[in-house]
Amino acid sequence: MNEPRKQVEVQREQYTFAGTGEVYSYTTLQQAPEGFEDQAPYVLALVKLDEGPMVTAQLTDLDGPVAIGDRVEMVTRKLTTEGSRGVIVYGYKFRPILPRS
Amino acid sequence: MRDVAIIGIGQIPVGEHWDSSLRQLAAEAAQAALRDAGLKAVDALYVGNAFGAAFSEQTHLGALVADYAGLNGVEAFSVEAADASGGAALRTGYLAVASGAVDTALVLGVEKATDTVGDARTRARNVSLDADLEAMHGATQTALAALLMRRYMHEYGLELSAFEGFSINAHANGARNPNAMFRNMLKPGGFARAPMIADPVNLFDSAPDADGAAAVILTSAERAADLVPQPVRITGSAVATDTLALHDRPDLLYLGAANRSAYKAYAQADIQPNDVSLFELHDEYTVLAALSLEAAGFAERGQGWKLAQDGALGLNGSLPVSTFGGLKARGNPVGATGVYQAVEACLQLRGQAEDNQVPNARIALIQNLGGLGATAVTHLFQV
Repeated sequence: MNEPRKQVEVQREQYTFAGTGEVYSYTTLQQAPEGFEDQAPYVLALVKLDEGPMVTAQLTDLDGPVAIGDRVEMVTRKLTTEGSRGVIVYGYKFRPILPRS
Repeated sequence: MRDVAIIGIGQIPVGEHWDSSLRQLAAEAAQAALRDAGLKAVDALYVGNAFGAAFSEQTHLGALVADYAGLNGVEAFSVEAADASGGAALRTGYLAVASGAVDTALVLGVEKATDTVGDARTRARNVSLDADLEAMHGATQTALAALLMRRYMHEYGLELSAFEGFSINAHANGARNPNAMFRNMLKPGGFARAPMIADPVNLFDSAPDADGAAAVILTSAERAADLVPQPVRITGSAVATDTLALHDRPDLLYLGAANRSAYKAYAQADIQPNDVSLFELHDEYTVLAALSLEAAGFAERGQGWKLAQDGALGLNGSLPVSTFGGLKARGNPVGATGVYQAVEACLQLRGQAEDNQVPNARIALIQNLGGLGATAVTHLFQV
């Protein structure tokens, strides 16, 4: 018989990301799912955060074309609405980091 | 564990079956497989289905299909692993027969995509993504494939036309398959001009979701030899998983689960990739075809797309793929796709593939992916 496996202690600690990163990849959706059809076409991206991890999020406040490597920062935006009463779901999107004036 | 063989196969044409219900499609494929095996009953039924709840508002398919297929009372339940549900059902049937717990198992894949249409279907299909971290942000499976494809093109310096060969090959083979959804050929040069769904993934790049049902019947290899003239042995069977969310993978441009499940299957069958006569790969998007070839050991990293350039993947090439049209042209009846792959591989190994026959087909590799490779189910069939 095998020895019972030892329980691995998972240490979790709260970590706050700076909210900045760069575009790892992006696409413009022409065919959106229900709940997002009014927003189409919209730009979805993989954003590589400066601390390392990657997230999937929409890009917003875009004035021109996007490119891989573009610097972006997190902002809070409306993602969609749910149900017949239109409850708003807020979440994170990313926008280009504007050069400081 | 005992050796397992396939003694019966059945399929219905893939397409839009507006006049048939999920249960009718399933029963038709099950009956076809039973006729092919010369059997009236089996000991168990395993149903691969991905979106019964989301598309058809129907779950509990084991009992439903058993009843409609004339197998009332038999052990039956469904198996779900998104687009890899069919492959996972085959794995379940394999384990049941190999263990000796079940003597004869019917593995059936079924999907009724047309029970839902338009934006509602796009949303329904999203239940297989990471709900909080992908779908909530407006992602779709096609959009995630596009993110993968753009990065692949960026890393390896490729234009869209580099992927055209996969779709041309799939359609050339689909055109000869009476069960394929698309039987038209694609003209060289047309691919890069097709309408975008989520750039760079366009209409000619992405497989159509469809209705379909397919079935195979498994029994022990020992028993199979007495029952049918041409049993097909399952010599490798393996499943591996990767992170559900694409963004959580340390290396996005490598299908780790596809690699691990393929090499586990090779080890079980004691073969090398170059022993494989044909590869039914999961070409839901051309970038998945390229990455699958890399993961299964047929190309170096970043080189998978090159195999589509020079006819290597054609029926008479060095590694025929998508021999009946693949997901792209045969169509993608999502939870049934893995079982269609199994039926097609059996036709090749039995020498019954007619206009789609691969010469001297001895060893077939089939790989069914769930999502963008979060689940990978690999089987090896031999005669």
